[in-house]
Amino acid sequence: MSALNIALVGNPNCGKTALFNRLTGSRQKVANYAGVTVERKEGLFRTPGGRSVRVLDLPGAYSLEAASPDEAITRDVCRGTLPGEAVPDLLVCVADATNLRLHLRFVLELRRLGRPMVLALNLMDVARRRGIRIDVDRLQARLGLPVVETVAVKRDGAAALLARLDDALPAAAEAVADDGDLHAQVAALMAECVALPASSGGLDDRLDRWLLHPVWGLVILAAVMFLMFQAVFSWAAPLQDALAGWISVLGEAVAGALPDGPLRSLVADGLFAGLGTVMEFLPQILLLFVFILTLEESGYLPRAAFLLDRPMRAAGLTGRSFIPLLSSFACAIPGIMATRSIQDPRDRLATILVAPLMTCSARLPVYTLLISAFIPRETVAGVFNLQGLVMFALYFAGVASALAAAWVIQRLRRGEGEHVLLLELPSYRLPNLLDLGIGLWERARVFLRRVTGIILSLTVLLWFLSSYPAPPEGAVGPAIDYSLAGRIGRWMEPLFAPIGFNWQICIALIPGLAAREVAVAALATVYALSTANDAEAISALSPLIAADWSLATALSLLVWYVYAPQCLSTIAVIKRETNSWKQAGIATVYLFALAYLASLVTFQLARALGA
Amino acid sequence: MTLPELATGRHAVVAAVHEQGPGDAVARRLRDLGFVAGETVRLVTRGPLGGEPLLVQVGATRFAMRRAEAARIRLQPQDA
Repeated sequence: MSALNIALVGNPNCGKTALFNRLTGSRQKVANYAGVTVERKEGLFRTPGGRSVRVLDLPGAYSLEAASPDEAITRDVCRGTLPGEAVPDLLVCVADATNLRLHLRFVLELRRLGRPMVLALNLMDVARRRGIRIDVDRLQARLGLPVVETVAVKRDGAAALLARLDDALPAAAEAVADDGDLHAQVAALMAECVALPASSGGLDDRLDRWLLHPVWGLVILAAVMFLMFQAVFSWAAPLQDALAGWISVLGEAVAGALPDGPLRSLVADGLFAGLGTVMEFLPQILLLFVFILTLEESGYLPRAAFLLDRPMRAAGLTGRSFIPLLSSFACAIPGIMATRSIQDPRDRLATILVAPLMTCSARLPVYTLLISAFIPRETVAGVFNLQGLVMFALYFAGVASALAAAWVIQRLRRGEGEHVLLLELPSYRLPNLLDLGIGLWERARVFLRRVTGIILSLTVLLWFLSSYPAPPEGAVGPAIDYSLAGRIGRWMEPLFAPIGFNWQICIALIPGLAAREVAVAALATVYALSTANDAEAISALSPLIAADWSLATALSLLVWYVYAPQCLSTIAVIKRETNSWKQAGIATVYLFALAYLASLVTFQLARALGA
Repeated sequence: MTLPELATGRHAVVAAVHEQGPGDAVARRLRDLGFVAGETVRLVTRGPLGGEPLLVQVGATRFAMRRAEAARIRLQPQDA
């Protein structure tokens, strides 16, 4: 017997993905639908009766009148009109049993399509606890399609659905274009089959009173953000050090087994250095994902969007931009990936274009190096540490520039219709461990797949540029000076002289294109230091550059790093997420232009002031 | 009276969703979400800054919407 094709379809927040996880476990394939950035999730499982089933988790939709690319995909798959996608043998329509008034409307709309269909009443446990009584037999009779109860978060919570899949496919209703007012039909069904308690949603009310409070709501949001930053930047540090240590040990072992020569250099300085760069950020990014997934599953994230919509809109963004931008403080790549939750394409594009301005953690080694070398450890106004103030100013410059850039982008695109928020704030739920685990695994895999390929190929390319041609016999300067990268750096020098960069900095900018923090190691190479890691490079470099560069140059380079898209992975992800080389090009050009202008102003001003 | 004029915390009954121009997708979506004549809605709260967005409950569901979106929802006159 060939595999049965089913599709899970339902409103957002109906617990569809939890049911998908329950059915398939980790046997999931995540990709994109052809030509669009809508996630396509497919899984395989076997029913107790031995039937193998291929299940598609369709994007959540409120209606077949699609209002977003996600909803358009759901509509087309349900209608069987999406090219390259098999028509599902059975639609499993998932509805939240605690919110049937909203969800039944979509069930009725889907029924009009005249396809074999089963209704899964999910979250039945919560419905019972709240005193919602549903006459399932009567509902089944009135709807004319099989109705099963599911509790996606319980171990055997999908048993009734699985048993139904072993039976023969239900006969499809006849397709009708319009069978009257759906809301009236829902009201009739609700009156006949569902008994609601006198008051419901008491917990949501009590929580929202605090979490959306004009003062306490913002205080709690600030505390949550603080905790998240604390986790991402301090708790991840020991893990990062351990991982970096293992990778360098592994790299040395592998390199030691190879004969001395270009291959060994490629493996040690190219491949393992590149791999180390990626892996060092992995603990931070995983922790960030844990936080975001927990907040998302619990229902808090849309609340954060609610609280911040007004100020973000003033800057030309939307409340939904908040999470992508927050993620970008760790790394712009997961941040840009997270913009998929923004439905308005213009708002999404604006968020993607400004996300690289958030101070990601890869900038920290560069900032640390320059601040420790050039900014005195002084106390200002009695309490503030000058070095800390400069660091804060750099973060602040990033945020302020992002808001300003978003505002300009919005201005340039004015008059193209209304920007709509219309966002459901779902009921609060306790996050489920299985769903968290699967979500985390999925995001980590996507992140690694996106990044490793790019970083690895780039590091190899940059290794080649920095190693060839080799220095002539009896050369005295550092080897990189004679290489292609060195020549490019020298050639760039006149261009960068107005912003105060010497040829050493110009050379370091080239390998620094792979990832920002690589610039520190590259500077160490240019100054012919041999160091094992960033921390060592920073302490060895500080006195050298403090003697060699002017303060104006250092400030100019700091400002350069606030803006410059010195991270080709980010550019590649922008290309992937916007499906457009043009947008990736615009992002690159405007960020480099901003970097150059800001550094020019900084350098010339600082020099005029005698720095 | 329209939804944004409702006092925070108060209930009201929807009279109609008004279309702003032909084929107003926002109006259609509001109807799909359950804002139809005869439904009771409640303005749960407003955003902390500038009184926006509005948090509106219809049935068991809460939606955040901006004033311009909510202004499409006309309410039945209330008894004083």
